Amino acid sequence: MSAKKGLHLTLKIWRQKNNKSKGQFETYKISDVSTDSSFLEMLDILNENLINEGKEPIAFDHDCREGICGMCSLYINGRAHGPDTGITTCQLHMRMFKDGETIVIEPWRSAAFPVIKDLMVDRSAFDRVMAAGGFISVNTSGNTLDANAIPVPKEDADRAMDAAACIGCGACVATCKNGSAMLFVGAKVSQYALLPQGRIEAKRRVLNMVKAMDEEGFGNCSNTGACEVECPKGISLENIARMNREYMAALVDQG
Amino acid sequence: MSKLDSKIPAGPLKDKWKNHKDHMNLVAPNNRDKIDIIVVGTGLAGGSAAATLAEQGYNVKAFCYQDSPRRAHSIAAQGGINAAKNYQGDGDSTYRLFYDTIKGGDYRAREANVYRLAEVSANIIDQCVSQGVPFGRDYGGQLDNRSFGGVQVKRTFYAKGQTGQQLLLGAYSAMSRQIGKGRIKMYNRHEMMDLVIVDGKARGIIARNLVTGEIERHSAHAVVIASGGYGNVYFLSTNAMGSNVSAAWKIHKKGAYFANPCYVQIHPTCIPVHGTQQSKLTLMSESLRNSGRIWVPKKIEDAVAIREGKLRPENIKEEDRDYYLERRYPAFGNLVPRDVASRAAKERCDAGFGIENNDTKEGVFLDFSTEIIKKGKEAAIEKHIHNPTDQQIYDLGKKWVEEKYGNLFVMYEKITADDPYKTPMKIYPAVHYTMGGVWVDYNLQSTIPGCFVIGEANFSDHGANRLGASALMQGLADGYFVLPYTIADYLSADIRTGEIPTNSGAFDEAEKGIKEKIDFFLNNKGTHSVDYFHKKLGHIMWNKVGMGRTPEGLREAIKEIEEVRNDFWKNVKVPGEGEGMNTELEKAFRVADFLELGQLMAIDALHRNESCGGHFREDHSTPDGEAERDDVNYKYVGAWEYQGPDINTEVLHKEELIYENIEVKTRSYK
Repeated sequence: MSAKKGLHLTLKIWRQKNNKSKGQFETYKISDVSTDSSFLEMLDILNENLINEGKEPIAFDHDCREGICGMCSLYINGRAHGPDTGITTCQLHMRMFKDGETIVIEPWRSAAFPVIKDLMVDRSAFDRVMAAGGFISVNTSGNTLDANAIPVPKEDADRAMDAAACIGCGACVATCKNGSAMLFVGAKVSQYALLPQGRIEAKRRVLNMVKAMDEEGFGNCSNTGACEVECPKGISLENIARMNREYMAALVDQG
Repeated sequence: MSKLDSKIPAGPLKDKWKNHKDHMNLVAPNNRDKIDIIVVGTGLAGGSAAATLAEQGYNVKAFCYQDSPRRAHSIAAQGGINAAKNYQGDGDSTYRLFYDTIKGGDYRAREANVYRLAEVSANIIDQCVSQGVPFGRDYGGQLDNRSFGGVQVKRTFYAKGQTGQQLLLGAYSAMSRQIGKGRIKMYNRHEMMDLVIVDGKARGIIARNLVTGEIERHSAHAVVIASGGYGNVYFLSTNAMGSNVSAAWKIHKKGAYFANPCYVQIHPTCIPVHGTQQSKLTLMSESLRNSGRIWVPKKIEDAVAIREGKLRPENIKEEDRDYYLERRYPAFGNLVPRDVASRAAKERCDAGFGIENNDTKEGVFLDFSTEIIKKGKEAAIEKHIHNPTDQQIYDLGKKWVEEKYGNLFVMYEKITADDPYKTPMKIYPAVHYTMGGVWVDYNLQSTIPGCFVIGEANFSDHGANRLGASALMQGLADGYFVLPYTIADYLSADIRTGEIPTNSGAFDEAEKGIKEKIDFFLNNKGTHSVDYFHKKLGHIMWNKVGMGRTPEGLREAIKEIEEVRNDFWKNVKVPGEGEGMNTELEKAFRVADFLELGQLMAIDALHRNESCGGHFREDHSTPDGEAERDDVNYKYVGAWEYQGPDINTEVLHKEELIYENIEVKTRSYK
């Protein structure tokens, strides 16, 4: 491992008291940040400093800090989850930054994700889209078929898994100029569309989820592909294509 | 002697659960919407319970502190979930899973509970597959399995290295379906602040809306706590940052006994601590031990050279490597249970062979080079490549490893900047899962009537230790297949009760207590942040109530924790306001609870004069460093009763553990 270095940084951070107030950037200095620290650990240190100075710490979302819960967000230097690829903010490490650098930190930027405070946004729109159809209608009774009675081709199971890997962090929405949630919704639609268990209500599902997505104020896909680039889990654009096919087929069927 | 009634049903072990279900009282479908149930926590246990109870027709109110139920920390579990399906035909059975779990738990779990867990395990897989959980499959379309530590069959089902995520999303999807139907009312970003007891029964909670700061009253006929474990008492652990003990501790202070708090699982394969700015630890799935060999240098000078960066591990010859697990435990090798693997790593590092360049010099290698070559050769044969070159073998082997564990390797590289395909991973044990928790009977009810506790928050199924892939199993078993039956038995008496009012004295009093505490925190112009105290506590816990414990150390810990707690209540500084989002205020409440629990953990560890599973007492070990259990004096569950703010006055109750179906033996993995 490389020798440990302490970074000195200037941070421009979005501060906003709550949903109703106006926000603005504040500038902070921080020193002696270990290059082995994660980005969120760097913010922890800043917060500790702020508390010691009698100021309010910066509110940001985080939880597992293992890149899987999807709770952390942050727009860092104009990119969702920062300059590294294939990671969430909690897995972004300070070795990606240079000594003396200025870092701009903003909350997710999307009308469908209103700011709660500082860097924290409300992503409950995703939950409502899920409640509209992101499931297979089976009771949890324990009276289901033996699992091996539903054989699934390995290729399909693997592709379903690739789609299911979405962590619902919202980077796709935040990075899209239209604030589209189609990568998120496409991933869920695809997971179930690829599995025999999910086929039965596939048409209802895609119609309901797309409708809910539109109602939540997410924009349309513009085929720019930024969502795929910034997705920490590498969810592929193919899922949007598959959702569109499923949607068109369902519409045709509906007449 | 004891007020603890485990309510284990009579009859032969294999029929207990069936007979119990056959004779329990039911709530008729047309009466279920007269009943409200609160579920606190939406991980595997809480999420599956909420979904199932709502499906059955009860009115469910579910609470989580995260912004969505999908973020519960069950999501981070990597390796897999056990089930006695015997799909691989290697002799697995309900009995064998039961036996492995009891043995793995060092004979400190209840037979009847564990048998039931093994029994319903197969249903879990069926259920999850029908929900669309994309488990790993083989080319015939059938489910694939891998094996895990402490076990000699392949019974672990997995979804890449994201099994917890996929199972949780399955439960979340089942919840989402009920939320969409209005059957579950979901309270995101809400924290339970206290339990409300009316006429001796749990009848509601006080919650804080973390966004608005509003204090809310919620009533129900029963309250289910599914709030997970308390590993964050150590500050550094593999738990999510928000994981806390508060819900479980609040009910403890209201009369629920807290059992076996000293049983904490130290997971052997975490990325070592890198420095003082670190906020948490990251686990590398235990499944890696299927393919990785654990070693440290044989020569102490090599270990020193590695730490100093003068020698690369790849350059240490085979004969100069100490594969200490294979050496000490030939039968299980790298797949010994977690407590054994963790202690063996500590032993080598204490002896000076640690390889990590950090403050504590703690770390061992997890090496995949042998597996890469082995799998590469196998793949070459399969692909009819005769006389493959070394590079071809390496490439094919790497591809195999990539497919099996790729995401874990990427994650490791992001954190450490080391490529684990080329150089062995560095790992060291870290606090992971807590086997202690709220005492519950066979029906998963605590000593407070109407207050049920499920998943990691209860103490029940893991004994003193937890085998891999068994926490996911317990969470879903409790939530999908156990609690929904047992809670009906309790609720059947409540169909005429009607809605529980929230304007009673009990609610007033509980709310008042919380508001006073909030005022205290916000107005206490102290000198130190909440984290300052949390880190101090964590330091004491890890050093004195960690992997190895001594009576002297524990006595010191009890005293020191008390001092930190007193200091906390004098000098804590919580900035900001009560109205609106205030993350420091949230932490203050949680750390206040950790400071009390930490002391009880040390007290429990001191009273238990034996070593078992996750509780290793250095004064109770064999000459070759193995744990020495005392079945004559300590074959019981130790359940503590709260007596007021002085934790030293807690009263111990014992539930004797009776083994009728298996012989209690010394655990050996040699």
